[in-house]
Amino acid sequence: MSSVAVSNKKGFGATLWDYLTTVDHKKLGVMYLFAGTLFFAIAGFEALLMRIQLMIPNNDFVSAGTFNELLTMHGTTMLFLAATPLLFGFMNAIVPLQIGARDVAFPFLNSLGFWLFFLGAIFLHLSFFLGGAPDAGWTNYASLALYSPGHGIDFYVLGLQISGAGTLISGINFIVTIITMRAPGMTFMRMPLFTWTTLISSTLILFAFPPLTVGLFFMLVDRMFGANFFDHTMGGNTIIWEHLFWIFGHPEVYILVLPAFGLFSEIIPVFARKRLFGYSSMVFATILIGFLGFMVWAHHMFTTGLGATANAIFAVATMAIAVPTGMKVFNWIMTIWGGSVKVTVPMLYALGFIPSFVAGGVTGVMQAAAPLDYQLHDSYFIVAHFHYVIVGGIVTAIFGSMHFYWPIMFNRALNEKLGVLTFWIFFIGFHLTFFLQHFLGLMGMPRRVFTFQADQGWDLFNFISSIGAIMMAIGVVLLVINIIITAKSKPLNCRDYWGDGRSLEWAIKTPVPFYNFKQTPLIRGFDPYWLEKHDGNKEGMIYAEPLGDIHMPNNSILPLVMSIGTFIAAFGALYHPDGVAWSIPVIIIGLGITVASMILRSVKDDLGYHVHVEEVIATEEHLYGKGGNK
Amino acid sequence: MGHDTHVQAKSKKQFEYDRHHNAMHMRKQVINFAIMIFLTFVAFAVVVADFSPYFIKPVILLLAGIQVVLQLYSFMHMDDKKASHMGVIATFVWSGVLIIFPVFLTFVTIIWW
Repeated sequence: MSSVAVSNKKGFGATLWDYLTTVDHKKLGVMYLFAGTLFFAIAGFEALLMRIQLMIPNNDFVSAGTFNELLTMHGTTMLFLAATPLLFGFMNAIVPLQIGARDVAFPFLNSLGFWLFFLGAIFLHLSFFLGGAPDAGWTNYASLALYSPGHGIDFYVLGLQISGAGTLISGINFIVTIITMRAPGMTFMRMPLFTWTTLISSTLILFAFPPLTVGLFFMLVDRMFGANFFDHTMGGNTIIWEHLFWIFGHPEVYILVLPAFGLFSEIIPVFARKRLFGYSSMVFATILIGFLGFMVWAHHMFTTGLGATANAIFAVATMAIAVPTGMKVFNWIMTIWGGSVKVTVPMLYALGFIPSFVAGGVTGVMQAAAPLDYQLHDSYFIVAHFHYVIVGGIVTAIFGSMHFYWPIMFNRALNEKLGVLTFWIFFIGFHLTFFLQHFLGLMGMPRRVFTFQADQGWDLFNFISSIGAIMMAIGVVLLVINIIITAKSKPLNCRDYWGDGRSLEWAIKTPVPFYNFKQTPLIRGFDPYWLEKHDGNKEGMIYAEPLGDIHMPNNSILPLVMSIGTFIAAFGALYHPDGVAWSIPVIIIGLGITVASMILRSVKDDLGYHVHVEEVIATEEHLYGKGGNK
Repeated sequence: MGHDTHVQAKSKKQFEYDRHHNAMHMRKQVINFAIMIFLTFVAFAVVVADFSPYFIKPVILLLAGIQVVLQLYSFMHMDDKKASHMGVIATFVWSGVLIIFPVFLTFVTIIWW
């Protein structure tokens, strides 16, 4: 590794191998981003099919059974396989840069987390071709799921078990990274908000995914071996699934929305060109939301008959969440207030986010009132509410951050004009789709129905809603076109693309070299890069160490092999109830592959390698020309 | 890591200090172990003595709580304040306890059988 020459062009095979084996957080971030976009597109297409079916009354565009599969896969994919990886993409790409780390704490596990997620997602989607997708809703309530014919539910259980393990691994990785790998001077209360929200939402993953794993495992043995955890005729209880699912499921909403909050807390100060208002209260509110998120799960179950006392307690706890969330909203508004606002595409998404998310929050508080929830439960009002939170909160954050962080991630900038057009088409489409669904719900239209009778006053609103969905689809297509156009554009090769970057990630010149900062930076306060800029530091940051050899982890194919092992074993488990002879051998082979690669990993010491000083200098000159990163 | 090992001779003072320190530590471990055995004995005793279930249940839960704390702080070394990130570890452990408590409460109160 001591050759000073820096290779430039690689063949297709070598590039592919590089991505299959990489442990670099920036490449994994890109992989998460593209995998997430793929599943986002698939789930969005499913939504479009559903809206076409519901466009006119008594439609027969898809059958009732297909509609159930579409709605289940739309929900499951969007939450587990689109929103989560897209946010993980940004966490991977940005958080190590924001805290001045070389990489995440466990690069190998980072790669393993991605491959487990990806192969679990592929497994779940193979259900479409292998006898029918899951059809019991993304919540997969046991009373429905246990009696679903075919293998759909088994695909759901096994696929989520695998990808859930990946998510858990990545979550733990981020907790350790943020706690132990911050650059000198980066105290907890100097961490950027996106790093804070990543830490808290990783903590929520750590606490929330085990209940899901337990629930999925119960479901698996109920269906595979005829256990009776959820079968009331055999002494089980179907409500236990609901509790386990929502003990996971409610924090899951915060797992997704907190990083979105963090992303907006990065975008807004940059374009308001003001320090984030109320930083410490933002941190406090994030932690509080994290805690309260675990105390409220039963508000999804008010109508199951928990009793008045339990309903009242959970109703009050739920309403309490509005307080820290409100603090955040006011802090964002106060950051914008009096700022010299530049309305770029990311800022446009941020400005669209605030009212949309507040609308979703207000309907949430309405549902927290248990008596009213008896009216709203399982109606389109609920659909409208959570889409306002998820599209208005999380999707706008993802789209806005794509524009915001594209220069760092790809050294290219997404087209601004096309971005503005995309925003307006998507944003108007979003409100057209979901705003009227509030009223459809209040008029009594139940959710998860595949068609409806004419002349109940629902026809026009459903039609408009479907038009909105088509507009959202056009918006997403425009974004993809924007990405493709941008890939052809010229590289930026600059530092601080937006000109008003504040946190550490903007201090580094793009393209970011594989070892990030050549010397670990010294953090002198909150918004460290802003401080250095104001002190006239031309070099970006001051450094905490002299230029020296850099220790980096080796690439490895083992994470992919391990994940393929579990993928194979899942097929054995899936077909086991059919009584096929090959199921047990396949499980053994699959798990054997996984265990063998684990043993290989443990036995063979992998100490990484050093990038020597000459090589660092050569890389810098290759990337930035003579003089390197100055 | 292997190539970076230093061999360091201990001074007599250091040796005696370490020896004393280890002895103190051992004494603490043994005392805590004795307390835990005693608490376990008490738990069995209240059951064997055939008290009212309304007495037995809270007492055993209370003893279980004490056992958990002893286990964490004595045998799992959470009392070692000098270990790195002990504050973070304690925060995470107790957050987990705080979070799981309502779950536990819910499962024993409002799930009907």
